[in-house]
Amino acid sequence: MNKRMMLLAVFLVLSLLTAACGSSGTNDKTALENQPQTNSDSNSKDSADSSDADTAKKSVEIFSWWTGAGEEAGLLGLIDLFNQKHPDIEVINAAVAGGAGTNAKAVLASRMQGGDPPGTFQVHGGAELNTGWVAAGKMESLNALYESEGWMDKFPKDLIDMVSHDGTIYSVPVNIHRGNVLFYNKKIFDDNHLTPPTTFEEFFKAADALQAQGIIPLALGDKEPWTATMVFEDALLGVLGPEDYKQLFTGEIAFDDAKVKDALEKTKRMFSYINEDHAARNWQDAAQLVANGQAAMNIMGDWAKGYFTTDLKLQPNVDFGWIATPDTGGSFMVITDTFGLPKGVKDANSVDEWLKVLGSVEGQDIFNPLKGSIPARVDADSSKYDVYGQSTIADFKQSSLTPSLAHGSAAAEGFLTQVNQVMTIFVTKGDVDQAAKSLRDAQVSSGIVK
Amino acid sequence: MTTKLVKRALLYLVLISFALLFLVPIYVLLTTSLKGNNEVTLDQMWAFPSQIDLSGYKLAFSKLFPHLGNSFLLTIPATILSALLGSMNGYVLSKWAFRGSNTLFGLMLFGMFIPYQSILIPLIQFMQDIHLYNSIPGLILIHVIYGLPICTLMFRNFYVAIPTEVLEAAKIDGTGFFGIYRHIIVPLSITGFVVVGIWQFTNIWNEFLFAVTMTTQKQQPIMVALQNLSGSQIVQWNVQMAGALLAALPTLLVYILLGRYFIRGLLAGSIKG
Amino acid sequence: MTRTKHSRLPKSDALIPVLMILPSLIAIAIFVYGFIAWTGYISLTDWNTLVRNLDFVGLSNYAFLFQDFRFQSDLRNTVVFTILFIVATIGFGLLLAMLVDRRIRAEALFRNIFIFPMALSFIVTGVVWQWILNPTTGVNLILQALGAAKGHLPKWYISTSIVPGISGGQIELGIPIALIAVVIATVWQMSGFAMAMYLAGLRGISDELKEAARVDGASEWTVFRRIILPQLHPITGSLVIMLTHISLKIFDLIYAMTGPGAMFVTDVPGVYMFETTFRGNHYAQGAAIAMIMLLLVSLLIIPYLKSSLKEGAS
Repeated sequence: MNKRMMLLAVFLVLSLLTAACGSSGTNDKTALENQPQTNSDSNSKDSADSSDADTAKKSVEIFSWWTGAGEEAGLLGLIDLFNQKHPDIEVINAAVAGGAGTNAKAVLASRMQGGDPPGTFQVHGGAELNTGWVAAGKMESLNALYESEGWMDKFPKDLIDMVSHDGTIYSVPVNIHRGNVLFYNKKIFDDNHLTPPTTFEEFFKAADALQAQGIIPLALGDKEPWTATMVFEDALLGVLGPEDYKQLFTGEIAFDDAKVKDALEKTKRMFSYINEDHAARNWQDAAQLVANGQAAMNIMGDWAKGYFTTDLKLQPNVDFGWIATPDTGGSFMVITDTFGLPKGVKDANSVDEWLKVLGSVEGQDIFNPLKGSIPARVDADSSKYDVYGQSTIADFKQSSLTPSLAHGSAAAEGFLTQVNQVMTIFVTKGDVDQAAKSLRDAQVSSGIVK
Repeated sequence: MTTKLVKRALLYLVLISFALLFLVPIYVLLTTSLKGNNEVTLDQMWAFPSQIDLSGYKLAFSKLFPHLGNSFLLTIPATILSALLGSMNGYVLSKWAFRGSNTLFGLMLFGMFIPYQSILIPLIQFMQDIHLYNSIPGLILIHVIYGLPICTLMFRNFYVAIPTEVLEAAKIDGTGFFGIYRHIIVPLSITGFVVVGIWQFTNIWNEFLFAVTMTTQKQQPIMVALQNLSGSQIVQWNVQMAGALLAALPTLLVYILLGRYFIRGLLAGSIKG
Repeated sequence: MTRTKHSRLPKSDALIPVLMILPSLIAIAIFVYGFIAWTGYISLTDWNTLVRNLDFVGLSNYAFLFQDFRFQSDLRNTVVFTILFIVATIGFGLLLAMLVDRRIRAEALFRNIFIFPMALSFIVTGVVWQWILNPTTGVNLILQALGAAKGHLPKWYISTSIVPGISGGQIELGIPIALIAVVIATVWQMSGFAMAMYLAGLRGISDELKEAARVDGASEWTVFRRIILPQLHPITGSLVIMLTHISLKIFDLIYAMTGPGAMFVTDVPGVYMFETTFRGNHYAQGAAIAMIMLLLVSLLIIPYLKSSLKEGAS
C-alpha cells in the first residue's frame, strides 16, 4: 500500500514539475512572437536549406477541408499522382471537416497564430487569401514558381488577379466552382410550358405561374445563412453587372446605393417565393425539393450538380437543367480553392513540388472530374468532364469573372459574417432600408471605403 | 388489491411509453443508416429502407476503425487520472478542509465554465511550448485538467455524505491521511467512481473541439474521424448515421457494463454507510 | 466540516492534504485563470483581423456587443434556454427516477434506455432532432396523421415568435418558441443522467424514515416533499451546476441542429463567438463574448457556492 502511495506522490510531483516548466515556457514564446515580421522571410529560407541537408525525411502537410465523397477522392488522386512523381516525399493529409470549412479555418487560425503552419493549406482565392493571410504577412510570394512553370498565361488573368496582391502572386488555384447557377426541375418546367428565366422579369413571371399551380417556385435552405447571401450576391451581380459589382468591394459604390437597394428589393421578392420551412433546411435539403418535384428552382453553387448526379442519381439535362441566375448571363461568379506557401514552413521545397503538381494540367484533370468542379487552367482536357462540366468550361472562358461574396472571395471574412447576419434578419423581416443601412455600416466598419 | 394492480399497470404503461419516446431518435438513426444514398431524404425519414443497404456501415467502419485505438488510448487514461485526482481533491476538500479551502474549491469550480473556444489559441501555444502539441498525452493532459473541476465537485458531494464519525474513529485508531483514504473513502466511493467514470468517459469520448485542434491525422480520435465522414459541401447521411452508431458503441458498452456495477455498488450500501 | 478541526494529526502530516491538491490547483491556475487573463486582455485590444493587433481600445468591443442585435438576442436566448433546460431536465430526470425506483421488472432495461442518449455526441443528437422536429416532415407528419390541421402544426425551431414579445432594446424579450425544440433535444440527451444521479440518491434514503412518516399518517406527497426532496438536495445542487455548465457552453448541438436560426431565435453566445472568432477573425470581439459569458456564470455560481459552503460549515 505504501508503495502505491509513493508512486502517487511521485506522479504528483512530476506533474507539478511539468506545470512549472510549462509556465516559464510561455514567457519565451511571447518574446518570440514579438520578433519583427521581416525575420520570417530569412527564417523560411534557412529552414528550406537545412531541409536539403537532411534529405532523410522530406514531407509536405496538406491542410484542407476536403473529406467528403468526391472531394476526398479528388484529393487522394492528387496525392497518388504526387507520390508517383516524388516517392521520397511523405504526404501528410491533414483534412478537417465540418461546417463548410469553418472547423478547418478555426484549426488553421489556431495553428498559424500558434506558429505551427501546415505545409500548405486550402484557401478561397480573393479576399479570404488577400485580406487574410497575405495581409497578415504570413504567405510567401509564388511569382518565381509561376514564371518557372510558365503559368502566367495558363490561368485566366482575372483569376490570377484574385490570388495576387500588389502584383505578387500568393497561391495556386486548383478548381473552379460557379456560384451564379439556377438549377431547375426540367419536368416541372416542361409540364407548365415554361422556359428557364434569363432575366428578373422572366423569373418573377415564371414564379407567379408556378405558384398558381401550387408548386414552390424557389427552394431555399438557409439554416446556414450563406445560402441566402448567395441569392443576394447573385441579385447584386444581376442588377449592377460585373464591373459595378466589383466596385462594391473596393468601396467605390456604397452598400446603401440605390442600385443595391434595387437588388435588395429583387432579393426580397425572390424570397417571397420560397418554401416556408427554409430555416430548417440546409442547401442539400433545399436541392432535394427541386429533385423530387416539390419546388421548381434552386439558386446554388454548382456543387449541387454533384449532389444531383452522384447522390440522387439524376440525369443532367433530363431530370434537372441549369442556367445562369437572372441577368447574370455573361458573368461567372467564381469560387476557387487555392493553395499557397505559408512562411516558416519546415520543408518549403517539398511544398513547391506539391504546388507544381497541383497547378499542372495532369493534376487538375485528375482532381476536378472527381470533385465535380472544373479546372482553373484554360488548357485542360475538357473531354474528361461531363456535359455540365463542358458547358461550364466554355462559359468560364468567355464570361467576366466576379468574386463570390458568400464564399469569402469578394471581401474580408469579417465583412462576410456581418453580411450573413444582415441576411439572417432580412429573410424574415424584409426591411430593405434597414438592411441597406446595416450593410453600409458593415462596409464602413470593415474599412471598405474609397 | 385491484387499485394496486391498476396502479401497477399504469406505472408500466407510463414507463413503456416514455421508453418508446426515448427510442424514436434511435429508430431514425438506425433506419437511415441502413438506407442507400438515394433513399436518404427528409420526406422519407420515417420509412423503412426498401432494402437493407450496408454500404454506409462498410464505409464508416473502414474510415473510423483506424482511429478507434487513439480514442481508447486517450479516453481510458484520461478518465482514470481525472477520477483519481478528483477523488483525492474531493477527499481533501470535504474531510480535510483547511483555511481557505472553500475559496479554492470555488475557484476550481469556476474553471469548468470557461468557454473553450476562447482559449484555443493560448492553449495551442502552451502545448507547443511543453512539446505535447499533436500528441495523445497532450490531449490527455488537457482533458484531465479541464475535467478536474467537475470530478472534484462530484466526489466532494459524495464524500460530504459520509459521516465524519467514521473518520474520527479511524483517526483515533491512528490511521493517517492515506490510510483513511485507502481503507475507508475508496471502498465507500465505488458508486462515485462509476458515476464520474461514466461522465468523463462519455465526455472525453465525444469531445470534438480539443480533439480536432490538438491533433492531426494519425493521432485523431474517433470523433474527428466521424466528423470527417461529412464533406465540406455534401453530407451522406446514411454513412454519417452509421458512423455515429458505430462510434457510440464503446460508450454504450460502458453504460451497460457499468450500469450493473452501479446497482451493485448501491446494494452494497455504499451511500447509506 | 467544522468537525475536522477536532482531529489532531502528527504535525508532519498536516501539510499532506494541501500537498495533495496542489498540483491540481497549479494546473487550474495556468489552464483556467492564466487563459482567462489572456482572454480578458485580448478583449480590450483591437485584434479584429487576422493580423494580431494588440492596441488597447478599452471597452469598445463590449460597447459594440451590447448594442448588437445578435448579441442581445443571444443573451435573451441563453437565459431562457438555461432556465428551461435545467428545470425540464431535473424535473423529468426526477420523475424517471421515481418511476424506475418502484421495484419494477426489467429495471436495468428501462434504465439503460433512458440513459442511452447520453452515450451519443451532441452533434449526432442535433442532427437527429433536426430531422424529427423538421416542420414539414418529422413529427409533424405523425401529428397530421393523427388529425391535426395543417395550419395548426407547430413550427418547432423555425418559429420566429417570441412570447410574450415585450420590446426591449432592439430585440423582443420573452421566450423564443424555437428554443423549445432545442430544449426537447437536450432534455432527451441529459435527463437520463439526472435520473441516474437521483436514483443513487433515492436508494440512499433509508426506508425506515419513509415508513416512520407513513405510520405517522403522512401522505405520499408529504413524504415526498418533507423527506425525499430534502435528502436529494445535494444531488440537485450538483446537477444544477453540471447542467448550467453544459447549457452556458452549448455549442455543438445548436450548431448541428438549428444554427443561429431566423432572426437569431436559437443563437447562443457560444455559436456567435465561434463564428465571429474563426469565421470573421474578430478575435477581440470573440474574447469579449467569452468574458461576458464568464461574468454571467459568476453571477450564478457565486451565490450557489456561498450557500452550499455555508451548508457544509453548519
